[in-house]
Amino acid sequence: MNITVNGKATTLPENPSRTIDSLLEELDVSQRLYVTVEFNGDVLDRDAFTGTPVKEGDVIEFLYFMGGGH
Amino acid sequence: MIRIPQTILDAMVAHAREGFPLEVCGILGGTPDTVSEFFPMTNTDASNEHFMMEPREQFTVIKQLRSKGLAMVAIYHSHPETPARPSEEDIRLALTPDVSYLIISLADAAAPVVKSFKISAGVVEHEPIEALV
Repeated sequence: MNITVNGKATTLPENPSRTIDSLLEELDVSQRLYVTVEFNGDVLDRDAFTGTPVKEGDVIEFLYFMGGGH
Repeated sequence: MIRIPQTILDAMVAHAREGFPLEVCGILGGTPDTVSEFFPMTNTDASNEHFMMEPREQFTVIKQLRSKGLAMVAIYHSHPETPARPSEEDIRLALTPDVSYLIISLADAAAPVVKSFKISAGVVEHEPIEALV
């Protein structure tokens, strides 16, 4: 399967059950609770991570929350 | 060491002053350790004590930098009334790897202080700033 992750062409083994959530795990993304995902141009609700399948040609961006305070 | 044009350091301080008494935040881009781009961002918390960047703005900036062959080099925010050192929450939420974390303190309004830190897995290391004139 060929997808684009953070601007890089990425080839992954075929896996029909792959979701955004499992993709992040597969990519060894730590602290996944603090990750925001853009999926094919739209920011994805966190609740949708486990139910959104990843398909051939999908374009995925992810980054960490950027925040702080005292 | 992080190298930042004086014009961008001045722009960060101006942003902090404009936003006072709220915290402001932004992203600096460039090549590793050398800043060339300045992006003031929206603090969605609109708070005197917290900041959180708007995700859509973050994605836009990251893609804009990438299109120029650049990357995010630093994340900055202001401390309107406290010193330029990372708070516990700043440290806990310093999740983005391989960037510098800059804090602009307006605790002394007449003499703002900008400091840079590397923060990884809860460990904070002060990092010198070289101002490029």
